[in-house]
Amino acid sequence: MAEPRELSHFHGGLHLDDHKDESNTTPIRDLPLPAHLVLPLQQHIGHVAEPVVAVGDKVNKGQMVARAADYVSAPIHAPTSGTVSAIGRRPVPHPSGLDDLCITLEPDGEDRWDTLPAPITDWRDTEPAELRERIRWAGIVGLGGAAFPTAVKVNTSGQRRIDTLLVNAAECEPYITCDDRLMREQAADIVDGIGILRYIVGAAHCLIGIEDNKPEAAAALRSAIATAGDDAIEVVEVPTLYPSGGERQLIKLLTGHEVPSHGLPAAVGVVCQNVATVAAVADAVLRGRPLIDRVVTATGGGIAQPGNFRVRFGTPAASVIDAAGGRTGAYGRLILGGPMMGFTLHDEQVPITKAGNCLLAPSDEELPPPPAQRPCIRCGECARVCPAQLLPQQLYWQARAQDFDKVQDYHLFDCIECGCCAFVCPAHIPLVHYYRFAKTEIWAQERERDKSDLARRRHEARVARIERLEAERKARLRQKKDALEKNTAADADPKKAAIAAAMQRVAAKKAAQEAASETSDSE
Amino acid sequence: MNKLEISISSPHLSGPQSVTRVMALVLLALVPGTLALLWYFGWGVIINIALAVGSAVVAEAIVLRLRGRAVADTLLDLSAVVTGWLLALALPPLLPWWQTVLGSVFAIVIVKQLYGGIGFNPFNPAMAGYVLLLVSFPVTMTRWLAPEVITGQALSFADSLHIIFAGLPPAGQTWDVVSSATPLDLMRSELSQNHMISEIRSSPLWGDYGGRGWEWVGNWFLLGGLFLIWQRVISWRIPVAMLGSLLLVAGLFWAIDHETHPFPAFHLFSGGAILGAFFIATDPVSACTTPRGQLVYGALIGLFVFIIRTWGGYPDAVAFSVLLMNMAAPTIDYYTQPRIFGQRSGSDG
Repeated sequence: MAEPRELSHFHGGLHLDDHKDESNTTPIRDLPLPAHLVLPLQQHIGHVAEPVVAVGDKVNKGQMVARAADYVSAPIHAPTSGTVSAIGRRPVPHPSGLDDLCITLEPDGEDRWDTLPAPITDWRDTEPAELRERIRWAGIVGLGGAAFPTAVKVNTSGQRRIDTLLVNAAECEPYITCDDRLMREQAADIVDGIGILRYIVGAAHCLIGIEDNKPEAAAALRSAIATAGDDAIEVVEVPTLYPSGGERQLIKLLTGHEVPSHGLPAAVGVVCQNVATVAAVADAVLRGRPLIDRVVTATGGGIAQPGNFRVRFGTPAASVIDAAGGRTGAYGRLILGGPMMGFTLHDEQVPITKAGNCLLAPSDEELPPPPAQRPCIRCGECARVCPAQLLPQQLYWQARAQDFDKVQDYHLFDCIECGCCAFVCPAHIPLVHYYRFAKTEIWAQERERDKSDLARRRHEARVARIERLEAERKARLRQKKDALEKNTAADADPKKAAIAAAMQRVAAKKAAQEAASETSDSE
Repeated sequence: MNKLEISISSPHLSGPQSVTRVMALVLLALVPGTLALLWYFGWGVIINIALAVGSAVVAEAIVLRLRGRAVADTLLDLSAVVTGWLLALALPPLLPWWQTVLGSVFAIVIVKQLYGGIGFNPFNPAMAGYVLLLVSFPVTMTRWLAPEVITGQALSFADSLHIIFAGLPPAGQTWDVVSSATPLDLMRSELSQNHMISEIRSSPLWGDYGGRGWEWVGNWFLLGGLFLIWQRVISWRIPVAMLGSLLLVAGLFWAIDHETHPFPAFHLFSGGAILGAFFIATDPVSACTTPRGQLVYGALIGLFVFIIRTWGGYPDAVAFSVLLMNMAAPTIDYYTQPRIFGQRSGSDG
């Protein structure tokens, strides 16, 4: 236990200036209540939440305002007490800049808690399913940025046995320090959360992966672990190399296992959780509190007093910026997330949601607009840094040519969009942009194909049904005819009957001919 | 409400590398070898570079204008300068000026721009230009000079200029006096007359391990090439694979019969092998890009160089070998895709 764990390594990656010092030296600050809280119904991966309140309703802090509409979904709770003033489309933090359905809450300033469910302090004697239900009720999703519902992720029944709970505390992206501060200030909560999650997934031990540029946070965790006396938890410092905080990259670093290309971490016996998510789990189980706020870093050369803030969901990004002393210098862009994977906000008033870990307002010098794009010279530098070991340049050519079959041959969907390739590209091609385009196109095509498949199946079913009905009709007719013929010819000898019939026909013909000649004569 | 106008896709950070910087580093790496060529073969080397680079840039500018592209901005990528420079290094120092210009313009207009400009050309422009000249003007293209260290006489700048522009040998002299075969050429013709290597090596054209003068030109290009690897402009794979396979095959034949096959180092240091391995075969646009593909690509170039030099119709073979493998590069890339993260390889499957 004393000797350092032997670390594996992942392919590629980048050494970046981490810019953590700007924001990680001051404690997490609280924010004044804003005038409105705008709660998007889609703050997570999965089915959009369904509102359970109406306009004009008074709600308490922590009261559920939208429920999970499906298994993969998450409820949303009121971050403070107040009145629901609107339910409608508002600008949301999304790269498209489009509006989406939101519940708008007018705070009453009382910040009055709702009746909360009882804390589960004896969680060791509680069924894991009940604990999962609590996590699900609390609306907890992955707070590292992916926002996948945690209750789904920790439901490992039917999967391979889990032996390791891996806590992702790498925080590898430059500028972002919200997890760093959280670990320094709430290490005990994190250790509690680890105990609960380990129990739920049945993992024998826990590894906390943290980049070695956060020694204070690592020390805080170690001391909290020592206090708790839990020797199944190990803090492992990994070299600062972007993107060590990628789930697959961190698992490879710490365990040496590669999560299969289309598989889940459970395939190698691992469940991975972000460190802030773990703290939220402790909050939900031990205090009965739903997820209503998170730590957000406000930083960059364009921010007067960079730091970390505990921000209620629905708070406008602009309020966080104001709390950080506002902007300095020229009015520039505002990025939600970090400089490698974040996206530019179209509107400063968009609310902070569960996935929002950082507001980055760079000065023009630190994040200048990219130089003009040139044609790819196929230098292969992108492949050298790709942590998924892809051939970014081939992906780019195929995406550019809109050859969506080929682009999948080159494993487009294994791309984690970390941006290493575009960072090193000497031709300054926005490579990740091309991959997102190709992914979106392929998803759209799949939806189209599903639609047309459905139409085709319907059409085929209709044709088959018509044919079947026609066949049945014919069969019935034939049966009837056969039955009739059988009846008439039933008692006669078939041969005699045939002869008689023939004679009858001949006689009838003769009679007809005679009749015809008679009529023609009379004319 | 403040609308934020600038919308740029992630990542928002970009590294220091640029195409211009890559090309500038290549040019810088060419300097030592170029100076060595100048030292041994005289002013013609510099005049050729000026002609080839000048015409390459002018040709590129004209085509870019015709194609409606940003002229100055594209020229700044320096790729036309590199193409002209590399072509000039491969040409005999006293080649008539118009042949140099023709080769350079062909390389830029036909081989590069007609395919879509930088990044889109399947063939190495400089080598295609060289081959055009070699097959069109075999006499002038094989009329090299003996290194000045052997002849002891240097052509003045004015004389070189006069010879190149007038296309005539120096006043009062014939081509036979000034010109000389390259060591590779000499080796070929002597071997075809059934001379033994030991006899051939008594010629003053030989140095310690390659052609006299050529071996040092090779050393300086090697230095430039190592600089490029150190700067991560090129990977070690193509040069190592190419020179390695050339050494291996040459060594094999030399071991079988060292009187009819020159010693392996000769192959490396008597012609364009070093320049080709570090500066030409590594042209990223027309080469393989996958790690394994680069090894295959380099090794096959080395093999073809040996085959063409030994049994082919031309004394040097780097240009032909590179162009041949340019054709194969996309296919090699396709079949040598690396194992991706999380994909089972044969061994742990």
